[in-house]
Amino acid sequence: MSAGTAHRQNSRLREWIFFYILSIIAALVLSAILVEATGGDWRPVMNALLDGSLRRPGRWGETLGTAAPMLLVALGTIISSKAGLINIGQEGQLFVGAAFATYFGFLLGGPGPLNVVLILIFGAVGGAAWAGVAALLKFWRNVPEVLSTLLLVTVGGQLVAYGLSQPWLLLAPLADRGNRNQVSTQLADDNRLPRPEIFGNEVPSAVFIAIALAAVVSVLLARTTWGFRLRMLGRNPRAAQRSGVGQTRYGAAALLLSGAFAGVAGAAMLAGGGFAFGNYQLVPGFSANIGWTGLLVALVAREKALVAIPVAFVFASLRTGSSFVGATGVEGRITDVIQGFLVLALLVPPAVMFLRERQRARAAATERV
Amino acid sequence: MGGFFQAFWDIASSNSTYLNGALFAAFLAFAATGEWVAERAGTLNISVEGMLLAGAFTSAVGYNITESMILALFCGVLGGLIIAGVQAEMSHRLTADQFVVGLTLNILVLGLAGFLDNEIQPATKLASSFDVPLLSDLPLIGQALFGQRWPFYVLYPLIPFTWWLVYRTRWGLELRSVGENPQSADVSGIDVNKRRRQSIYYAGFTSGLGGWFLIFGQIGLFEDSVIGGRGFIAIAAVIFGGWTLRGTLAGCIIFAGALSFRLSVQGLGYEVNSELLQSLPFIVTLLGMAIFAHRVRAPAALAQPFVRGLK
Repeated sequence: MSAGTAHRQNSRLREWIFFYILSIIAALVLSAILVEATGGDWRPVMNALLDGSLRRPGRWGETLGTAAPMLLVALGTIISSKAGLINIGQEGQLFVGAAFATYFGFLLGGPGPLNVVLILIFGAVGGAAWAGVAALLKFWRNVPEVLSTLLLVTVGGQLVAYGLSQPWLLLAPLADRGNRNQVSTQLADDNRLPRPEIFGNEVPSAVFIAIALAAVVSVLLARTTWGFRLRMLGRNPRAAQRSGVGQTRYGAAALLLSGAFAGVAGAAMLAGGGFAFGNYQLVPGFSANIGWTGLLVALVAREKALVAIPVAFVFASLRTGSSFVGATGVEGRITDVIQGFLVLALLVPPAVMFLRERQRARAAATERV
Repeated sequence: MGGFFQAFWDIASSNSTYLNGALFAAFLAFAATGEWVAERAGTLNISVEGMLLAGAFTSAVGYNITESMILALFCGVLGGLIIAGVQAEMSHRLTADQFVVGLTLNILVLGLAGFLDNEIQPATKLASSFDVPLLSDLPLIGQALFGQRWPFYVLYPLIPFTWWLVYRTRWGLELRSVGENPQSADVSGIDVNKRRRQSIYYAGFTSGLGGWFLIFGQIGLFEDSVIGGRGFIAIAAVIFGGWTLRGTLAGCIIFAGALSFRLSVQGLGYEVNSELLQSLPFIVTLLGMAIFAHRVRAPAALAQPFVRGLK
């Protein structure tokens, strides 16, 4: 009997792997066809992507640095979706978090290392506050969080842009602006996250924070009472309510926490992202789609915090590679397309497997009769 | 404060406010009618943003190739239907999560439109204006409702047709039952997921029209930012309207008012911070939902997937 079970599990695993590989190939072939159809050649594009993300000196450090905020956003998303809430406003929460970090980090301006911690904390507070608006609207006024989080992305972006145009809020004094209109004061050297050099690559320390947090989130969700309650709420809100897991309390907590993670991602981009993200300054459009991509990372990782680590790295590679694609004569935005196809394709295998399992179960049930 | 009221009066009495308002409302209404149908059948279809963008892009490309706005219309509808197809088949045949699919589609379409727009750069232009005799002479609203470019008038038959389809046909009854109680519908022999797929295709159809209208009736050129989140405002209009067609259209008009107000304030030369003004329609939408969302009853099975035997 046990041999049979093992065999069945093995064949199931093989099926999973088969479907995943098939859909990844399908997505890549589709992208290649698109490049060819618009008069490009897919091979140099592929090479440029690898060069830009890994091969050229210093690039994989850059990729890791890009992956870190994506992973942080993804972790927050995993928490809220475990609780059955659909937070899709990370882009705005990240931006507001970065703004909070800039404003309070600059305002408080304590001694170096301590201030970095404060910056990260205020990032979390800002992100949580912005998600809190959506939580308030949901649990008080019954507004679906799918929509409110989404609409708050635009509002948040515009509010921060407004802050960046007002000297009493975020705008830097005239002397520090350079040739730009809307820019905050650059963080002082000792207010930045360190970037240690490993094998000739500058690795932002946000990477280590993100990976450690991934482990924490993974344990929190799988091994604690709180995590169990959250999962119960996500699977069956009514049963959860009856057994004392209040939707308002736990749902709001999950939403706030997911916003906090997005905010930390924003603060980490500000304090440790280097040149890739605004060069330690807040500018309009600072969030640079990291929030959206982090959300996709969470979707692809299927609510598993540890799986999100490699997925974030792959998506970050697409992003850092895209800057090299332009040189091949193909529009760099092809990476957005590749990414979209990949995510869409990766949604298929679990759904197909679900239907197959059901078919199998039904077949087994009729056999027994 | 007097200045404020003067400004408000200027805006409320200026013809361009109504003209723009009607254009914005029409664009939202194209998307919102289809979205309303999809939501009545139980799908909170957030890919409407992607459908609009796809419709706008394919109709621009269609016009570029055929030089005909009628053929461009069909191309736009086709674009909307393609996205609807992916959304429908993935969420109601393969049972992937509808929000995940919708969100991914929005991002994918944005990437595709940006990439292909740079490669193809379709040239388009605005359609010609057409004044409905007599009606267009009405004060204030005459020009706004009956003096627009001709793609605008496609909306007029679309709305009663949608109403008839949903409230007066067997198909519409089945569609609504699928959104309220899929288990019962299933037992009485309705293919739940098929109806839901069809409703999403209908949303794709109207959104494709909306994209086409936007290009030829309002803006006249394609960029990847033409939609700019207004698909989400259309979804909000459906919620605001309490899942009735009348309410949905009222929502479109109110949110369009905010969009148009924003333009008029700048057009009449009033100094308001542009960033705050930009977010005004979204804030109005959020406030509108905050006030009305808890008073209305959603379709009971909204956003819940249906798999036979699972509840």
